[in-house]
Amino acid sequence: MVPLSYYLVLSGILFGCGVLGFLIKRNIITIFMSIELMLNGVNLSFVAFAAHWHALSGQVFVFFVMVVAAAEAAVGLAIIIAVYRTRETLNVDQVNLLKL
Amino acid sequence: MTPNPYLWLVPLFPLAGAAINGFFGRQSSKKAISTVALVFCGAAFALALFLTAGFSSVSAPYYCDFAHWLRSGSFQVDFSFYLDQLSLVMLLVVTGVGFLIHIYSVGYMWDDDGYYRFMSYLNLFMFFMLTLVLAKNYLVMFIGWEGVGLASYLLIGFWFTKDSAAAAGKKAFIVNRIGDFGFLIALFLIIKHFGSLDFTRVFAAVQPMSPETGGAGLLTAIGLLLMVGAAGKSAQIPLYVWLPDAMEGPTPVSALIHAATMVTAGVYMVARSSVIFERAPMAMMVVAIIGTLTALFAATIGIAQTDIKKVLAYSTVSQLGYMFMACGVGAFSAGIFHLMTHAFFKGLLFLAAGSVIHGVGGEQDMRKMGGLRLYMPWTFATMTVATFAIAGFWPLAGFFSKDEILWMAYSSPHGSWVFWLIGVITAFITSFYMFRLWFMTFFGDYRGASAHDGHASRAGAPAPHGHEHGHGEPHESPWVMLGPLVILAVLSFVGGWVGIHHNFENFLAPVFHGAGRGRAVLLTGEEAAKIFEMEHLEWSFTGISVAAALLGLLLAWQLYMKRPQLPQRIAASLGGIYRAVADKYYIDELYAVLFVKPVVDGSTTILWHGVDQEVIDATVNNSASAARHVSDNVRHMQSGNLRSYAGWVAAGGAVVIAYMVWMGVTH
Repeated sequence: MVPLSYYLVLSGILFGCGVLGFLIKRNIITIFMSIELMLNGVNLSFVAFAAHWHALSGQVFVFFVMVVAAAEAAVGLAIIIAVYRTRETLNVDQVNLLKL
Repeated sequence: MTPNPYLWLVPLFPLAGAAINGFFGRQSSKKAISTVALVFCGAAFALALFLTAGFSSVSAPYYCDFAHWLRSGSFQVDFSFYLDQLSLVMLLVVTGVGFLIHIYSVGYMWDDDGYYRFMSYLNLFMFFMLTLVLAKNYLVMFIGWEGVGLASYLLIGFWFTKDSAAAAGKKAFIVNRIGDFGFLIALFLIIKHFGSLDFTRVFAAVQPMSPETGGAGLLTAIGLLLMVGAAGKSAQIPLYVWLPDAMEGPTPVSALIHAATMVTAGVYMVARSSVIFERAPMAMMVVAIIGTLTALFAATIGIAQTDIKKVLAYSTVSQLGYMFMACGVGAFSAGIFHLMTHAFFKGLLFLAAGSVIHGVGGEQDMRKMGGLRLYMPWTFATMTVATFAIAGFWPLAGFFSKDEILWMAYSSPHGSWVFWLIGVITAFITSFYMFRLWFMTFFGDYRGASAHDGHASRAGAPAPHGHEHGHGEPHESPWVMLGPLVILAVLSFVGGWVGIHHNFENFLAPVFHGAGRGRAVLLTGEEAAKIFEMEHLEWSFTGISVAAALLGLLLAWQLYMKRPQLPQRIAASLGGIYRAVADKYYIDELYAVLFVKPVVDGSTTILWHGVDQEVIDATVNNSASAARHVSDNVRHMQSGNLRSYAGWVAAGGAVVIAYMVWMGVTH
């Protein structure tokens, strides 16, 4: 049996990587992936707690997060494609205007 | 005490006139303005006559509770009016002389741009003055007291574009504040110790006190403080300095406010408070001394003035001194008698002087007049009556009242031969400077610049009126101005006759418990015997005061008619003394050094530069600039860079988590 703290440390590391990637990367797709990484880091801690406490609510919550993340990925990727078509770049620093 | 339902209407009429002219006068024609002003003022006069006709000493005093005002526990003050013999005299003088001066003003101010303003102010003044004289308690009196001060300020500074007029208005207002301060403290003392401001209740509470027993210190304090107020309003030493400057106002104002009515308010107030003063001999003595000194002091200044209105102004101060002298020796009715006759002849003198100024086109310097009796016979005739009246020649008004005062100054139990002597000397000086004015203005040759238009007006003075004639030669004034002069001349002639056989004194006796009927209460038998013994002296005293007046006439005639070069030689040989008198003993300069400069300097360095700039302004300005500096630094956080915001969010989250963890660890 792997102790709970291992899961939590891994979850923290994953979340930290996500935050770091979100802050320092300029490519919008990498940023998107970093967000997914943060969500999944949190998901990991949810399921770890659920297993530890033998409570299902944590796992149910993870499904919700996954659904939202999937929907977000669908909408987000659509926006990214639209942005790329108009601006021909994926560098966020160059996409700081809502209007052309 | 009889209720009288009409009393409150008397002051209200002029107020209505002031409101109508004040609000709508700008759009109205001058005819309409004059009609409103005269009708409402005339209505007050007519009502005063009506009240007089129905006045009976048996049912007096009348009163009228108009409305509640302050009700606080047992202390209450109402808007109530009161008419007894004393206020009846004041009422008739104020409305009568006031009405005449309103008529005169129509002629005098007709060509002024601010005509509607002037008429509105005059009516407003009448309202406050009538409130003052008809008040049933000290607080309503105080409304009128402050109100006439306001009207006086507005009218002195009527030509406010002229610096000297604006400054004179301010000076009058500020000097009056000093007096009003004393008056207010006196009222507080009265409230504290008698629990009421109502005349009847206060006097009833004071009545049983005697000068010797308890309450003497209190009554003396109240009396002295009331005198401070009276000295401010009635221009007595040391607060007289505003009145000569007040001559910057239009001449009808000088006649109405600064000669006939407002400045006598102090005398009226002291006479009204006679019950208090009679039980405070110290205060009475101070009143008498101040009055006597003022009479002499102002008269000497009057000798050397060359501005016709300044002479009359100092003469007014001096005559007011007489009235206070009378009040101070306990002869309140004599003071009020002189107040009345003075209102006639001094009002007339000012109006006639205004007519002269009008006739010569705005000139006020007597050295540039002369020979005017040929040009303006009516003005000359009326002015002659007034001059002889103020000098105290029999049988004119001034003779009776001044003689009464001088006699009482000597014979009254509070009097002394010193008061009498100074009074007689003052009478001589008065006669001298009045005849000096008379000779310089009306006799000899015309010395003014002649025969070119518009030489006249000093800035702001009534412009040479735009009728068909130019302003080459002096000319007589129109009848709208001469009419009041003639009526006042008649009054100045016969006005004193009401005092024959002590009629006037007996009429006022119910008001002044110490004089006349009630006198025996306060006098010991010895004093009464003294009065009886001296009664035969009265005729020789009358002779002396008439001789003093005659001497003044002769001296003035000698100096200004027979040998007109002599005055200048005398002035030259006197040198410094003459200059000191001509410059009013440098009292204004002294006050400037003693009071005005320290206040101005203190206000500048401590209050303005110190408190205002260093504390108040600095607090506001420094907190504003501190906020700007902090914001200036903090605004760099908001760069617009999205990822830096995300970084702040992450950092914040980290801090929160760290805090939670740390709390978890420590607990």
